[in-house]
Amino acid sequence: MPRLSVFFVRASLIHLLLGFTLGGLLLANKGIMISPVIWVLLPLHIEFAFIGWMVQLAMGIAFWILPRFSSGAPRGDEHLSWLTLVLVNAGVFFVVLDTLFDLQGFTLAGRAMETLGFITFAIGNWKRIKPLNT
Amino acid sequence: MPPLTRWFLKAALVYFVVALCTGILLALPNTNPIAGLFPVYLHMLTFGWLTQLIFGIALWMFPKYSPAKPRGYEWLGWATFILLNTGLILRVIFEPLNGAAPSSLGNWMLVAAALFQWLAGVAFVANTWKRVREK
Repeated sequence: MPRLSVFFVRASLIHLLLGFTLGGLLLANKGIMISPVIWVLLPLHIEFAFIGWMVQLAMGIAFWILPRFSSGAPRGDEHLSWLTLVLVNAGVFFVVLDTLFDLQGFTLAGRAMETLGFITFAIGNWKRIKPLNT
Repeated sequence: MPPLTRWFLKAALVYFVVALCTGILLALPNTNPIAGLFPVYLHMLTFGWLTQLIFGIALWMFPKYSPAKPRGYEWLGWATFILLNTGLILRVIFEPLNGAAPSSLGNWMLVAAALFQWLAGVAFVANTWKRVREK
């Protein structure tokens, strides 16, 4: 597994733990009302579980197993995919900050970072979507 | 494919089909939606199907933990499977049931479902973390 995939997958496991913890709190709160404030955490549960866990894991595994180039750098220019790692995690962090502290514009900035992150990943790996051994 | 992966994948496929049938039920015209059925539908898709599929494939395909224990601690893998499915089944039963007729038993079953599912995540991460490494 290449180093970048290790970072992607380990980051996704951290997001899994955060997403599951919030999800557990939300579900338990349906059974025994701990606090109505817990419902505020629903967008964070979705953000961690979907973007942080599933999407990030998919990108980490894709970077690992997509066909490599037979000449030059096997996974092409990795800089764009490293940028993806930074942008996606920073984006999730910005959305979290807005949800918790009501910071104006942070969700917009976070979503923009996530989108830019996915675009850089697509550009960085576009040419690897090809037949094997070419 | 190891036996535990087969269990994860077959359970994931069952949830996928049940989730899609629930989706049809939710889309039927002229029926009163059962409270709690929509979140159950979403979690059967994202947790029962997708997450469980990922867990099963990761257990199979990730770099080996060690030559002696290629897939980490076998018991922790089984614990993940049992906790995930017990937790989700409890949720599938008691969330709509509690929506229709709230009860003390239903409330505590939802707490148990939450705890089991959370523990499944913790067990999976604990067993997988060291396998995520450079070759």
